Amino acid sequence: MAGFDKVVASYEEALAGLTDNMTVIAGGFGLCGIPENLISEIKRKGTKGLTLVSNNCGVDDFGLGMLLPNRQIKKIIASYVGENAEFERQMMAGELEVELTPQGTLAEKMRAGGAGIPAFFTATGVGTPVAEGKEVRSFNGRDYILEEAIIGDFAIVKAWKADRYGNLVFRKTARNFNPLAATAGKITVVEVEEIVEVGSLDPDQIHTPGIYVDRLIQGNFEKRIEQRTTRPADLHEVKGT
Amino acid sequence: MALSREQIAQRVAQELKDGYYVNLGIGIPTLVANYIPQDIEVMLQSENGLLGMGLFPTIDEIDADLINAGKQTVTMVKGASIFDSAESFAMIRGGHVDLTVLGAFEVDANGNIASYMIPGKLIKGMGGAMDLVAGAENIIVTMTHASKHGVSKLLKNCTLPLTGRACIKKVLTDLAFMEIKDGKFHLLERAPGVSVEEIIKLTEGELVVSGDIPEMKL
Repeated sequence: MAGFDKVVASYEEALAGLTDNMTVIAGGFGLCGIPENLISEIKRKGTKGLTLVSNNCGVDDFGLGMLLPNRQIKKIIASYVGENAEFERQMMAGELEVELTPQGTLAEKMRAGGAGIPAFFTATGVGTPVAEGKEVRSFNGRDYILEEAIIGDFAIVKAWKADRYGNLVFRKTARNFNPLAATAGKITVVEVEEIVEVGSLDPDQIHTPGIYVDRLIQGNFEKRIEQRTTRPADLHEVKGT
Repeated sequence: MALSREQIAQRVAQELKDGYYVNLGIGIPTLVANYIPQDIEVMLQSENGLLGMGLFPTIDEIDADLINAGKQTVTMVKGASIFDSAESFAMIRGGHVDLTVLGAFEVDANGNIASYMIPGKLIKGMGGAMDLVAGAENIIVTMTHASKHGVSKLLKNCTLPLTGRACIKKVLTDLAFMEIKDGKFHLLERAPGVSVEEIIKLTEGELVVSGDIPEMKL
């Protein structure tokens, strides 16, 4: 590696140093914008006892769900799970610890972690099971609970384009948690569809500056779709929808 | 007659106003998008990071990178914007969304809502629902009034784990449109052909009925 060039040669190199019992933050929403090849590499490496932080846990044979059959996940912190049968089995059997976290709180935990803010107050979850054991404080007559930031030993991120310095551009709703995850890893590894030359991205259009990125690799993506919903070709735009 | 899912969506759509930013939850709330009045403009927010959600795509338009919070492929309207999840929930928590419509298992007379978890059954998670109910000033809950066995879902106190505390002020069921204030349900409208007595019978929480209750216009 020279200077700010973040590009690594292989997926093995991209996740070098990932060991058992680490915490990994992953970008993605459902199967959209997930770092699918980095997840495959974790499966290949066989790293175990992982705490995963991700909005969802994939499906049975794709995304983070692929880490379930070999029991690589010890705990998952997520807002919505249960799109796969093996997840359900492990959770019900007590083999997999699940910490359900409201989606906005999860995003803010990553943002705070990356921004050097150890905790924050939010009204989300007050009076619910999420508030159990957490400090409650009143501001302007309303109750808020204290939520702590999350930092990962690794963050795994999927972006659309990057330059070799790791400046990132995301595409459409594949952005989701990815920019937040990118800030919150001690080692942030990003896989992209295209790596372009430094200087070819417009600085005004960069979503994640390269300072957050440690390793960068170009991959091929399946981009599986979870719910393929369509309309007939002769139905055109309806005003307001 | 109890309202169909489509009719519930039609009635909710009457609450939309020109220039509203609206978040529609999964299920019946999603159907509201089909009944937006032609003479107003509404922008739909999807909490995975899209403001200006459009119709489902044609087969040719399908894009794996463009989905809604229900993980369905969608399109964008002109003037749409894309943002990350923290920004999305900043909008929601910060009270910038004008109307939120979401479903529930139970609502009680104190405005508590339970919508994400039935202990002992599969627990899937709250997704963005806790943030939505905590952040929005204007929420309409759409749900069935009672279970198939006639057990009320409009309770004195919710029995399931809460999604939010004292945050619901409007509930539309297949039988009635109600407001919640001062620890009571207040009956505003009834579904066409449904009597006030039927609604009273299926409402466990205290229900205030004052004067003639009009039928909903659909």
